[in-house]
Amino acid sequence: MEADTPTQVPLVSYLRLGSEAHLVANECTNCGARFFDRRNACAQCGLREFKNVRVDNAAKLKAFTIVHRAAPGIPAPYVSAIVETTDGTTVRSNVVNCEPDPEVVQLGMELKLTTYSIGSDDDGTEAIAFGYQPA
Amino acid sequence: MATTKSPTAKSSAGRISDDSVWILGTHMTRFARYPDKDVVDLAAEASIAALEDGNVTIHDMDVLAAGSLFNAGTGVGQRIQKQIGQTGIPVFNVANACATGATAVRTVYLSIKAGEADLGLAVGVEQMGKMGLLGGAGTKKEKKVYEPSGRYGAVTGIDGYIGTEGMPGVFAQAGMEYANTYDGVGFEQFARVAYKNHLHSTLNPLAQYRKEFTMDEIMTSPTMSYPNTLLMCCPTGDGAAAAVLVSGQRLKAMPAQVRRRAVKISASVLTSDPYTEASQVQPDVNTLTRNAATKAYETAGVGPKDLDLVELHDCFATAELIHYDNLGLCEPGAAGDFIDSGAPFRDGTTPVNVSGGLISKGHPIGATGVANVFEVTTHLRGEAGDRQIADAKVGLAHVIGLGSACAIHVLEKAAV
Ligand SMILES: [Zn+2]
Repeated sequence: MEADTPTQVPLVSYLRLGSEAHLVANECTNCGARFFDRRNACAQCGLREFKNVRVDNAAKLKAFTIVHRAAPGIPAPYVSAIVETTDGTTVRSNVVNCEPDPEVVQLGMELKLTTYSIGSDDDGTEAIAFGYQPA
Repeated sequence: MATTKSPTAKSSAGRISDDSVWILGTHMTRFARYPDKDVVDLAAEASIAALEDGNVTIHDMDVLAAGSLFNAGTGVGQRIQKQIGQTGIPVFNVANACATGATAVRTVYLSIKAGEADLGLAVGVEQMGKMGLLGGAGTKKEKKVYEPSGRYGAVTGIDGYIGTEGMPGVFAQAGMEYANTYDGVGFEQFARVAYKNHLHSTLNPLAQYRKEFTMDEIMTSPTMSYPNTLLMCCPTGDGAAAAVLVSGQRLKAMPAQVRRRAVKISASVLTSDPYTEASQVQPDVNTLTRNAATKAYETAGVGPKDLDLVELHDCFATAELIHYDNLGLCEPGAAGDFIDSGAPFRDGTTPVNVSGGLISKGHPIGATGVANVFEVTTHLRGEAGDRQIADAKVGLAHVIGLGSACAIHVLEKAAV
C-alpha cells in the first residue's frame, strides 16, 4: 500500500502543523502563565486550570549560542536560541536558514516561525520540527 | 546594590556567640584525575585531613553530610564512615546539582543551628573520569518509531532540535542574554574572565590546571558553544573537600590557638529558582542567585564592598560575568566594565576566583561547593601561601546548579 504523501507528526505536541504552522501553549486561566509542557498545576500561582492559546509566529532574538559540540546525531554547528514572540512568550528553539556565524546572527534580530523535516521513522512517518528564521 | 561598610559586622565576628557556627578544620585534595583511587579514597583523605586540621577526631562528630551528585544514591556517606570511623552518627547523603557540596555544608550548619549537634563533618566528593559536561544524551531505539512521549509529547530527543540542553550552550545563552540587555559585553569580556582564572590558577598548587593562556589562545581555542571556547569551560576531574563545623558554644571552650584559626559562617543560604516567565524554557541562573545574595548580605550584615575575596561558580566564562552583577559586585549592568577594569583580578578591588575557579582549578561536582568554602577559609586564616589575598577578613563562596539550586556562604575571619 502506498500513500501519496507520507504521514507527518510534529516533533513536539505544542507545534501545530497545517496551513500556517504555529505553537500552542497551555495558559493558566488564573494568572496567564504559559507552558509548553504538560503541567499538573501552574508554577506561578498553583491553580490547575489551563486553556490552549495560539502563540504569535513573529519573534525577536533574545539570546543565542552557536553549538559546535552537539548531541549525538545532531548536525553542527547550529544556532540555539531564546526568542521572545510579539505576544511576549519566551520560546527555546533553533535559528534556521541563517549562517551559524556570530557576525551574521544578531541579538535583537526579527524572526518568524518556520518548519522543517528532521527525517522519517521506519514506518515512513516524517517528523516536523519548528525553528525561527530571519524575517 | 553597593552598600557601605557596616561598623557592627566586623566587631561581632570577634565575639563568639553560643548560637554561631564556625569552620574549625578544612582540607581539599588537589583536583586532578585519580584513576587509581575511588570516591571513598578521595573523600576519606579530605575528611581525615580536615579533622586533623581542626584538632578533633571522627569520635567528636555528631553528624556527617556527604555530598556527591553521582554517589549520593550509593550510600557514599556510610561508605566513607567504614574507612574513617563508624560511630553511628546520623548521615545525610546529599545531591543537589552543582550546589551539592555547599548543601552538605549547610546540612551540617542546620544540624548545629537546630541544637542537635555541636560538631559535624561535611565532605564533598566526585569522580568524573572522562564523562564531561559537554555532550548531551542521544536517544537510541531498535526500531525507529516516532511516537509522542513525555511532557512535551516529543517523538524523539529534542536536544539540538529545540535549542541546546548542553551546559556550555545553556550558560552561553545566559551570558548572551546579558550582552543583549547591557552595553560593553561581548566575546572579549567573556574571554577575559577565562584569562584571569587561568592566570590565577598558576599560583594554586591544588588546581587541576596551572597554565597561563593568552587572550588570543583563549579566543581561538575550539568553540564549544559560542562564545564559550574550550578554554572558557571547566574541565572534568576528580577530587574531594571537607569541612568540620562547630558551634560557638563548643568553640569557646577550645584552646586559643584553635579559636584563632576558626572562621565564622556569617551566612549560609540556599535558594531554588522562583517562577519567572522565561525560566519555563531555559534555566534562570540569575534570580535565585540574586535572592541568595540579598539574603546572605542581610544575614551577615556585610555588603559586596566589604568582600576581600569571592569564589563564585564559573562553570563557564559567561556564567562568571553575569554573577558579578547577580552578586552585586559591580554596578547594575556594568559587568563588562568590571572585568575590563581589572577589578576581579587578584590585585583588583574585588578579587574573584583567586583559586583559578572552576575553569582552571577544576569542577568535581560534589566537591566544588566545599572546595570554595575551603578556599575562602584558607585566605581568612592567612594560610593561602603564594595566592594569599593580603589581610583578607571577609569572603563569599557561591555555587549554582541547574534545576536550579544556589548556595552562598559568607565567611569572616575570627578576631579572637
Ligand atoms: Zn497561574
